[in-house]
Amino acid sequence: MSLATIADQEVHVDDEGFMTDYEEWNEGLARQLAANIGIELGDRHMEAIRFLREDFKTEGETATLRRVTTMSGIPTKELFQLFPKKPAKKMAYIAGLPKPAGCV
Amino acid sequence: MNRLLILGAGTAGTMVANKLRRRLPGDEWEITIVDQSTEHHYQPGYLFIPFGIYEPATVVKPKSRFIPKGVTAIVGEIDQIEPAANRVRMTDGTHLEYDQLVIATGVTPRPDQTPGMEGAEWRNSVFDFYTLEGATALADKLRNWGGGRLVIHITEMPIKCPPAPLEFAFLADSFFRQRGMRDRVEMTYVTPLDGAFTKPVASKLLGGMLDERKIQLEPDFYVESIDNENKTLVSYDEREIPFDLLVTVPVNMGASFIERSGLGNELNCVPVDHGTFQSTAWDNIFAVGDAADIPTSKAGSVAHFAIELFTENFIQHIHGEEMTHIFDGHANCFVESGDGKAMLIDFNYDTQPLPGKYPLRGIGPMSLMEETALNHYGKLMFKWIYWNALLPGRPLPVPALMSMAGKKSVEE
Repeated sequence: MSLATIADQEVHVDDEGFMTDYEEWNEGLARQLAANIGIELGDRHMEAIRFLREDFKTEGETATLRRVTTMSGIPTKELFQLFPKKPAKKMAYIAGLPKPAGCV
Repeated sequence: MNRLLILGAGTAGTMVANKLRRRLPGDEWEITIVDQSTEHHYQPGYLFIPFGIYEPATVVKPKSRFIPKGVTAIVGEIDQIEPAANRVRMTDGTHLEYDQLVIATGVTPRPDQTPGMEGAEWRNSVFDFYTLEGATALADKLRNWGGGRLVIHITEMPIKCPPAPLEFAFLADSFFRQRGMRDRVEMTYVTPLDGAFTKPVASKLLGGMLDERKIQLEPDFYVESIDNENKTLVSYDEREIPFDLLVTVPVNMGASFIERSGLGNELNCVPVDHGTFQSTAWDNIFAVGDAADIPTSKAGSVAHFAIELFTENFIQHIHGEEMTHIFDGHANCFVESGDGKAMLIDFNYDTQPLPGKYPLRGIGPMSLMEETALNHYGKLMFKWIYWNALLPGRPLPVPALMSMAGKKSVEE
């Protein structure tokens, strides 16, 4: 774990750059994190990100793709358009949450 | 009289019935176990059926043989749990009442969840091997198959026995080599994960084993549909993988009655405390084995370790005590690698599979994450242990909680 400066704020991140402190996140940071991976956040992106943040608060773990689709109603196909190639991982990164466990 | 009701007489439910019948006084506790089937399948054995190593009959025994005296077994279909009324409604309209409920109905492959999976090619060129019917049909197919593009595919995690698709790939490679036709088979391993396996050290090792066997890896592949006409897997990000023979692992979901009862998550698994298996919604409901939403492998070994601890917790729970036997997510499995060899992996919620030695009383140390013949014999021997010691709930010489003894740390 180490400190990184993102959008002029000092935050805790893991080896892969995922934020590790739920409380340090804000939407300004999210915009910068998204830009880091070539995504410009629109309303629909934010809808998914806000769902992930809320869900984490009650569940204590990062939602899987299926869970995002089932609970937020955003179709999986669209999640792949919004967050190309690796939506689960990219959403978690932008939302300042741990990488989804993948469940061994 | 107190009533304990167990739903599901598979690996986990049967172990619970055996363990708790010994621990709960017969004049205080009535135990009932319900299942829709009379057959118990040794599910790890499915893997060997497609290659003719096991005959279908060797993995099936009557469930009744493993239910102890003093436990009432009911064959029937569950309609819904009514947690507020402490009862379970069966599809024939009868009710089973309980004071404590244990859900152990596992997960089932659901090919119906992926468009096109059960299309015209289902069991023609599209197969699963996580059911007895699927594994048997695939054995018939492989016996006469002339070669072509073999695609081994995982639809979505979590699945039962996560290494099984890799084992299938290794065994298939070995099978085709032995038949002198490996050069006529192009093999691709398609997974929604970002590597061969989930945890970094194992993923690297197993990925290397795919490489050595010239099996191509297609990671981050999230299937949207199967195109039966063109025999192609199509992903959400519009990648297409053609196949002549597709061996797929469908989405695994918990029983539909769990959804109808409002007790499931998005995969119909029951949210429970990860240490004690108590339902997060109801104090007198527990879910064990694959039916629970715990973030570990859906596997018999996990159920075994978990139930050792669950048994102690349950006794504390019914005496109004705090449950102190906290599960660590311990999993342990033999990974068949072909040519009469296997690897052993041992891990938990926090510690990924690591190399080294696994101490085993009476047999000697087994090699972790290394292909050896002894591990392969361990895997074959496990079938006997499963029927004769594990299901009856007899003690095994392996600790329920993971131990670091013999393990080596490695740089990722």
